[in-house]
Amino acid sequence: MDVLQLVVSGLANGCVYGLIALGFVLIYKATEAVNFAQGDFMMLGAYVCLGLTNEQFLGLPFWFSVPVAILIMGAFGYLLDATVVRRMFGQPQVAVIILTIAIGFVLRFVAGLIWGHQPVSLESPIAGRDVRFGGVVLGLDEVAVIIVTVLLTVLLYFYFNRTRLGIAMQASSQNQLAAYYMGIPVKRLNSLIWALAGAVAAVAGILFAAKGSIEPSIGLLGIKAFAAAVIGGFGSLPGALLGGIIIGLIEPFSSRYLAAGFSHIVPYLLLFLILVVRPHGILAQVHSKKV
Amino acid sequence: MRTVFKTSYDADIDLFRHSAQAGWYVLLTVIAVALPWLVNTFWLGEATNMLIWAIAGMGLMLLVGQTGQASLGHAAFLAVGCYANVLLQQRLGLPFILSFPLCGLIAGIAGVLVAIPTARLHGIYLAIATLAIGILIDDLIVVAEPLTGGVMGLFAPDISIFGLTINRYGNPWLLYWLVLFVTVLVVLAYRNIQRTPLGRSFAAIRDSEVSAKAMGVNVAKTKAVSFGLSAAITGLAGALMGHFAGIFNNETFNIIISIQLLLMIVIGGLGPIHGAFFGAMVVAVLPQAIAISRDLVTGALGMGSVAIPGMEAAIFGIILMVFILFEPMGIYGRWLKIRTYFELFPFYRRDMFRRQRSYLKTERMR
Repeated sequence: MDVLQLVVSGLANGCVYGLIALGFVLIYKATEAVNFAQGDFMMLGAYVCLGLTNEQFLGLPFWFSVPVAILIMGAFGYLLDATVVRRMFGQPQVAVIILTIAIGFVLRFVAGLIWGHQPVSLESPIAGRDVRFGGVVLGLDEVAVIIVTVLLTVLLYFYFNRTRLGIAMQASSQNQLAAYYMGIPVKRLNSLIWALAGAVAAVAGILFAAKGSIEPSIGLLGIKAFAAAVIGGFGSLPGALLGGIIIGLIEPFSSRYLAAGFSHIVPYLLLFLILVVRPHGILAQVHSKKV
Repeated sequence: MRTVFKTSYDADIDLFRHSAQAGWYVLLTVIAVALPWLVNTFWLGEATNMLIWAIAGMGLMLLVGQTGQASLGHAAFLAVGCYANVLLQQRLGLPFILSFPLCGLIAGIAGVLVAIPTARLHGIYLAIATLAIGILIDDLIVVAEPLTGGVMGLFAPDISIFGLTINRYGNPWLLYWLVLFVTVLVVLAYRNIQRTPLGRSFAAIRDSEVSAKAMGVNVAKTKAVSFGLSAAITGLAGALMGHFAGIFNNETFNIIISIQLLLMIVIGGLGPIHGAFFGAMVVAVLPQAIAISRDLVTGALGMGSVAIPGMEAAIFGIILMVFILFEPMGIYGRWLKIRTYFELFPFYRRDMFRRQRSYLKTERMR
């Protein structure tokens, strides 16, 4: 049973990584930019929900503040792109990376200023309850994380491959100029995708804050999610989830069976290995061009 | 503006474009050498710190600005240089004059070792691989505790060169001159690399990998050499940083330092050597400027000293955002524009430095 517990908690952690990775991949897939502040987006989403819900702050009902937090983060993502990131249109990729790192610094500072630097956890109805699955006791929060993540990934996968808007987003990433010619409003689509990434980050943050505690520097978790996105194949939505789960599963097992200190190394070692052996990840998104 | 009439092909690779330019740099060198008599020990320490950051910046600039390969993990090479230098002195009893170049060599070898598997990667994937190295180094130092002292860290001994003992607190001017000497050497080396065929092939790879390949540049090998040289210079800076800080552990070289290093050269201006120095000035002076202005504000309002955690990073982030959005060429780029404005007055036009925009195409379709 010990192993099963480890598996479930690893899965739950991995799903949070996967959700953050999903945010990376969304933005990368549609705009070819990499948002290094995605972890901080998650942190901000968690704090917005927490600020609305917890007694210490506003004390609103949980089920009211969840959609509000998601909406706020969506709007935040849209506005951030419309006012700041859009100016980088047509500049080299590295410039966008550096810009988002800077945004991350600022977000961390702002969150610390508003909500303080002490670790806090979200007061939610799913925290601290158990579910029984034929003799196995699992935390309701962990089960909720896994279910929500899988649902969200499937939804986004179909959104990208089946809907008009999703296909337009893919087109604008593959060739901006051609997308313009086809009448796709590339700039507005980019802002929309940032909004979507903000909303996904809010979901990840809420789940994470309900499961454990958060503090402003938790956004650095984004680096681990980043590793997850690459392991799964940068640009693939199921790949992001897969990578997240792999990292989430490796962590508890390596900290249990390896000497202390090595457990931190293993995920990055795996990342490095994957980059060397299979640079485009497990579910590679690199296709050769058909002529 | 002075137009140089070139009478030989060698004029293209002269160190200075004309004698007036050389004169300005001589003046700068004289001021730099005379600095210990001009400022007090506190600012001398800050100047030393700035020069060390500038050396590290030049190391990264060679890779990012000259070869066009992003690295988000360069603090790893700072760490390699720093630890190698101190361990060579402590464990093997080597004098500083030997351990210092050796630590550069070791960092360079580490750089090449990293470059060999990552040379196939480019763009975003290279950034991620180097990011992983930057994170790994922190944990590796902890794991290699018998050698590195783990979280307890190591003490850097006093530098002694031919019986002359150099200590940051005992005789800061000597440490300053030592660092200045290394800085000048590195600048000369950098300039010379730029003028060699190797430096030209770096620039060719930066501007277009395909064209470089077509011109007969061995891309993978050149990238590895660039990584190695860059890591070697950064390692030298790391060794000096260790002696300057006196004590260091795994936290001294964490991922934040790597990112700060990259941000520094972007603020300074990506490409020319000047950018590394301007960026280093910002990094070295900013904490002091924030502390001084905070004291002024709290003093004026009659409050006690208030410390807001994370403010330094946030201000750094805001400055960076402003630069990326409004002056992507950094401080040096702005200076170039101002200079050109006066040189060409009244013929300067706003779009003279405009970068050509490129429409994005995916990297996933090849």
